[in-house]
Amino acid sequence: MDNNGKTNLNPSEAAIYSQPTRLTGAETVWATMVGEGVRDVFGYPGGAILPVYDALRKFPIRHILVRHEQGAAHMADGYARASGRVGVAIATSGPGATNLVTGIATAMLDSIPMVCVTGQVSSKVLGTDAFQEIDITGITLPITKHNYLVNRTEDIAPALREAFRIAKSGRPGPVLVDITKDAQQNSAIFDFAAAAPAPYRPHPMLSADSVAIREALELLRTAKRPVILAGQGILHSRAMEQVRTLAERAQIPVACTLLGLTAFPASHPLNLGMMGMHGESWVNHAIQQADLLIACGMRFDDRVTGSLSTYAQNAKKIHIEIDPAEINKNVRVDVALVGDLKEILETMLPRMPKRDGAAWLRTISTMKGSAAVHDIQQLPDNGHLYAAHVINDIWRETGGEAIIVTDVGQHQMWEAQYYKHEQPRSLVTSGGLGTMGFALPAAIGAKVACPDKEVWVVAGDGGFQMTSAELSTIVQEQLKINIAIVNNGYLGMVRQWQEAFYEKNYECTPLISPDFVKLADAHGIRGAHVNRRAEVIPTVREARQHGKVFLIDFHVEQEDSVYPMIPPGAALHEMIRRPKPSPLVETATEI
Amino acid sequence: MLHTFVALVEDKTGLLSRVTSLFRRLNVNITSLTVGGTETAGVSRTTIVAEAAEDRAPRIMASLYKLEGVLEVDNVGRHSAVVRELALLKIAASQKTRSDLFQLAEVFRARIVDLAPESLMMEITGSASKIEGLVQILLEGNYRILEMARSGRMAMRRGHHTSRVLEALGDIPQRTEPTTLTGDPKHETLDLMAEEDQV
Ligand SMILES: Cc1ncc(C[n+]2csc(CCOP(=O)(O)OP(=O)(O)O)c2C)c(N)n1
Ligand SMILES: [Mg+2]
Repeated sequence: MDNNGKTNLNPSEAAIYSQPTRLTGAETVWATMVGEGVRDVFGYPGGAILPVYDALRKFPIRHILVRHEQGAAHMADGYARASGRVGVAIATSGPGATNLVTGIATAMLDSIPMVCVTGQVSSKVLGTDAFQEIDITGITLPITKHNYLVNRTEDIAPALREAFRIAKSGRPGPVLVDITKDAQQNSAIFDFAAAAPAPYRPHPMLSADSVAIREALELLRTAKRPVILAGQGILHSRAMEQVRTLAERAQIPVACTLLGLTAFPASHPLNLGMMGMHGESWVNHAIQQADLLIACGMRFDDRVTGSLSTYAQNAKKIHIEIDPAEINKNVRVDVALVGDLKEILETMLPRMPKRDGAAWLRTISTMKGSAAVHDIQQLPDNGHLYAAHVINDIWRETGGEAIIVTDVGQHQMWEAQYYKHEQPRSLVTSGGLGTMGFALPAAIGAKVACPDKEVWVVAGDGGFQMTSAELSTIVQEQLKINIAIVNNGYLGMVRQWQEAFYEKNYECTPLISPDFVKLADAHGIRGAHVNRRAEVIPTVREARQHGKVFLIDFHVEQEDSVYPMIPPGAALHEMIRRPKPSPLVETATEI
Repeated sequence: MLHTFVALVEDKTGLLSRVTSLFRRLNVNITSLTVGGTETAGVSRTTIVAEAAEDRAPRIMASLYKLEGVLEVDNVGRHSAVVRELALLKIAASQKTRSDLFQLAEVFRARIVDLAPESLMMEITGSASKIEGLVQILLEGNYRILEMARSGRMAMRRGHHTSRVLEALGDIPQRTEPTTLTGDPKHETLDLMAEEDQV
């Protein structure tokens, strides 16, 4: 109650939510978060955020101490992707805040709900280049959905509450709240209810009127070769059931984007698999031959379209999307239904005509017949260890039920091709920004969010080294995470491009790594090397049975490449196919 | 082509930089930008004139709406609107040449707002083409323009319109056009002299 910021807060009392109470700004930060339902935060302290850390012990919040603030942002991101709840990252001013930047951008490009809180120098010295002062709201302006510079205690709760609302509403995204140190130290009346943000205002350009819905239904009724394009928006909108009903009732095959892979069960007979640059050939051919595309919560990213001028030329396009700025951005569409996917599908489904899709499904299965990866498990061991086998075995052993958190590169694409996800949100991967170093910290976030789920990291030898310091975080937090390093001795995806487009000039892509098992050992983490295919399953079993974090270093074929592959600028159907004979393809003729 | 967007935004620190940062991010050049008050306290009106392909307008509008604090966006270039710009011109003028300039000002409905021994200042309001017309005549008459300040355009639709989102999505099925009760349905005329009589 006095002016130097001391209050008599009793954390066990929920009274602070029922009656206005005087709190310090620091206490307000936590009280607001608790009120917003936050249970876990990821952060790293420093001078400008110390008051907030000092008040932490009074609140029922788990704080995970990271080893680098980029890790905090990725953890908050992984937390959000795995659970659908808003992730929270905390950092100090200056370098703490700038270290968050890559993580914020990663969340921005993939529309992940996240709130970052940073400390800022005192308002009295703002703008003077004070020690560790940096204009983080300026820096993050283009990579946040919104951000705030708060320099008065009484503004903290309203700004934070609004930040949570913005982060999770509409098309989700990261929000940053920068709070000056004096605002944290001073006290003001905390009134949680009065700090409630104005109600969410849907984007004024949303439109899914009856005319447009009728047009969409008419296109669906007359289509002969329709394909549903399933994106991450299905997860955000929680429209898995509705998309499934649409597909089943109208017998429409479903192609998934990388981030949409878990929006539709892999084992579902209508699921074709992943589309795009490393999608299987029949998926891309189906899209190219389609006469109708129903895009659900996806944004026609260049990784899924190939060259735009040749993309699905014979197809009418229906785009169901919550962000009006995505309509006609890359691909011109015939009918745009701009709004919440689930609501729109629920309006459409009762009027959805039954269709006979058999002929088109047969056509696709014929295309698939000659190219499909049937079951690479049955392929004879030729003495080499392929990443695809590693992923395939992890899939078998986990029954497709684990949360897999990947890094970026070849292993990421093999994961997408060979791990068949059955559960929504069970793949956590950086799509839009393609951020190496994402996997390990994002897996920590996923595990904290879903402690009862099995969590696997699948990372390359390159990307793993970008954030491997977070191994200590896993140990400190006693998290059970399984780590698979797909170690090919290269920055593999870049090497693959050098092989395909730069005359095998492997400039700066071979890389030396530490002995990852010894690195694990130095952290008190059990680990194992795997060099042969026969060792994969026993080691995966050992890892899963081990009660604590376990690291497996898979030494895989070094110059293996991901196929199919669409070269840059080529059409979606102009794929470079797997060379034959391939140790990864069992074609009908080879059986 | 040139687009003219009017955005009503909350009068808050940093909002203008969010708006301009958006155009930078979209790689769209802003040719003129004006900001000022409105009929509502706490709300500023920005008029943004930007050069971009015709079909980019819906996405620019949609992106503007995604900024927190942007309340309303209109693409006035697509409608009958009054578009005005103010210019101040300081022109070298001796006692001898002054009277010609006074005449010129009258023809252009400009005003002389300052007089100094070697120069005078003209204030002119009108469409960009009217201002450019005056400048051209001055240059052709071998007058020296010592300084020129242009305000950038301000625009307001003619007649009444509901302040709802207008033709938001371009060629996506459109709502009915809000009724214009008064005003010329044609696009603004660029006629040099006639336009002010319409006001
Ligand atoms: C932070 C960052 N830097 C650079 C890149 C470019 N890049 C994409 S994939 C890749 C190679 C990844 O190598 P590794 O982690 O070993 O995975 P692999 O492709 O070998 O499976 C690189 C360098 C990136 N995506 N992210
Ligand atoms: Mg590698």
